[in-house]
Amino acid sequence: MTRFIIGRLIQAVIVTLGVTIITFILLHALPGSLARDILGNRATPQAIKQFNDANDLEKPIYAQYWNFLDKLLHGNLGYSFKLDRTTDSLLGSELPKDLVLGGVSLILSLLIAIPVGVLQAVRRNRPADYAATGASFLLYSMPQYAIAILLIQFLAISFHVFPAEAPQSSTVGGMLSHPSGLVLPIASLTLVSFAQFSRYMRSSALDTLAQDYMRTARAKGLPERLVLWRHLLRNSLLTVVTLVGMSIPLVLTGTLIIEQVFNFPGAGLEYYTAATTNDYEVLLGITVLVGVTTVLGNLLADIAYAILDPRIRY
Amino acid sequence: MSAVNPQELEATVAAPSGGEVVSTGSPWRLLGRTFVQNRLAVLGVVLVVLIVLFSFIGPLLYHTDQYSPNLLDTNLHPGGSYPLGSDNSGYDILGRLMLGGRSSIEVGLAVGFISTLFGLLYGAISGFFGKALDSIMMRVVDIGLAIPVVFLFIFMAQVYKPSLSLLIFLLALVSWLVPARLVRGETLTLRTREYAEALQVMGGRPWRVILRHIIPNTIGTIVVTVTFQIANAILILAILQYLGFGLPPSIPTWGTMLASGVTYLQDGYWWEVYPALIMIVITVVAFNFIGDALQDAFDVRLQEK
Repeated sequence: MTRFIIGRLIQAVIVTLGVTIITFILLHALPGSLARDILGNRATPQAIKQFNDANDLEKPIYAQYWNFLDKLLHGNLGYSFKLDRTTDSLLGSELPKDLVLGGVSLILSLLIAIPVGVLQAVRRNRPADYAATGASFLLYSMPQYAIAILLIQFLAISFHVFPAEAPQSSTVGGMLSHPSGLVLPIASLTLVSFAQFSRYMRSSALDTLAQDYMRTARAKGLPERLVLWRHLLRNSLLTVVTLVGMSIPLVLTGTLIIEQVFNFPGAGLEYYTAATTNDYEVLLGITVLVGVTTVLGNLLADIAYAILDPRIRY
Repeated sequence: MSAVNPQELEATVAAPSGGEVVSTGSPWRLLGRTFVQNRLAVLGVVLVVLIVLFSFIGPLLYHTDQYSPNLLDTNLHPGGSYPLGSDNSGYDILGRLMLGGRSSIEVGLAVGFISTLFGLLYGAISGFFGKALDSIMMRVVDIGLAIPVVFLFIFMAQVYKPSLSLLIFLLALVSWLVPARLVRGETLTLRTREYAEALQVMGGRPWRVILRHIIPNTIGTIVVTVTFQIANAILILAILQYLGFGLPPSIPTWGTMLASGVTYLQDGYWWEVYPALIMIVITVVAFNFIGDALQDAFDVRLQEK
């Protein structure tokens, strides 16, 4: 077990390094000069040289990368000249809002998907299963923004129940004081995750149903309710570990698309803005952050799975 | 894991006693029958055929001008000479749906086949040779999966003029990773089978084992993966177009139509939003239906755990 965890840790470090190297090189291969962007077209060559020297931009790329990595290990994600603030401070104010959006919708989607998936497996090929499968299929086949647009059409435009825009506040507290504006973004993200989760839950519950211990539990006369609770649900819950691991980057940074549709002021929207304004520093910082959390999410899920499931031994 | 497939279990229970003996025929015929028995799969095939006809044959029967904007007829309600209305540049929406379908389907098919083929070779090589090579090749896949898809498209949008072939290349670049992982996993078990080992003992070259014994045995996974990849590519294309990192407006796709229509949602121009949305959903659902049925027919498990 310890060997497995150490091995997985080494893999995670290698993958993280790979992600930083690739994103760093790609962004530095882009045409354009940061000095010109910041100082303007009429900047003198001296001023540009001074700027480049001050920011180590004249050094070879491996030296720049080394600098970047050094800062990264000290928790410094870079500095946005366009916004005149550090990426850290930018994310410091945006990430808590994403945590609310992503965290609430993750919990909601699990709360819906687990019972629905188990119910579908128990009532396999009956109307309830078909209805739930159909719904998740439809949601699954829509581009994520389409779910958001449909919600806006019905709940914001046709019937003015909820506003179509997320609350525009720079703090979590400010957003929470306008909860009605959070309903549609959270609902959209919940539906997006639900579509994926319920498919996983259904197939995992179907697997569990076919196990020998299920037959044993029934054969020894255990009431059906207890069979479902004690044996089916508990064993199918292992899948949830994988689902949560998969969702960690989503919880941290939200989804670009949902945030873009609702103009939700989070890290995803910052990423989009950075892409449209060529703010490479922010792009690099957030891409690396998403990469690291993806690796971390998978790592945690694998380790948790190995600990929770005694059948898995490495 | 137990070997009892609930489907088989039901089949044995439901089998009539003393019924007629049905010849199972060749494996391919058996597959075909399982597939056809799945009504959703048949529906999926019918839908795909209809969409392809609509997009590729439609423009031959229904002529519209999709090249010069008609600013006198913008945002017209469906009816009259515009059966599905017109958009904000005065283009006929029905005609534009056909054109948009063409590019969406071309991209979907190209990406589905290219990415699966590459992932297949990559995964088979990685899984067959194992050891250090496998570790290196799989870390590359991990790195690819950890970089957000949007990032690559943002990068490319800065450097190159977007074109259909570049977009297909990029989508394939982000899509081959999952098939590679699936095929690698399958290869790990296939290479220890007797027939694969026997060939190696007899001095068969690795390439021969991979091409003649490993790859043909992954056919189920491959066929299923291709259909899901096509659906995914169409979906990702629609999302990229919406974000503005895809094709230029001169190549209409369903995603572009949807993105420009959404800005008029508040004005009530629903006909600029829903036709394109419905086309995307129908196409993706259709390919997913086919994929699901093939998955049942081949009895493949795509989940990794």
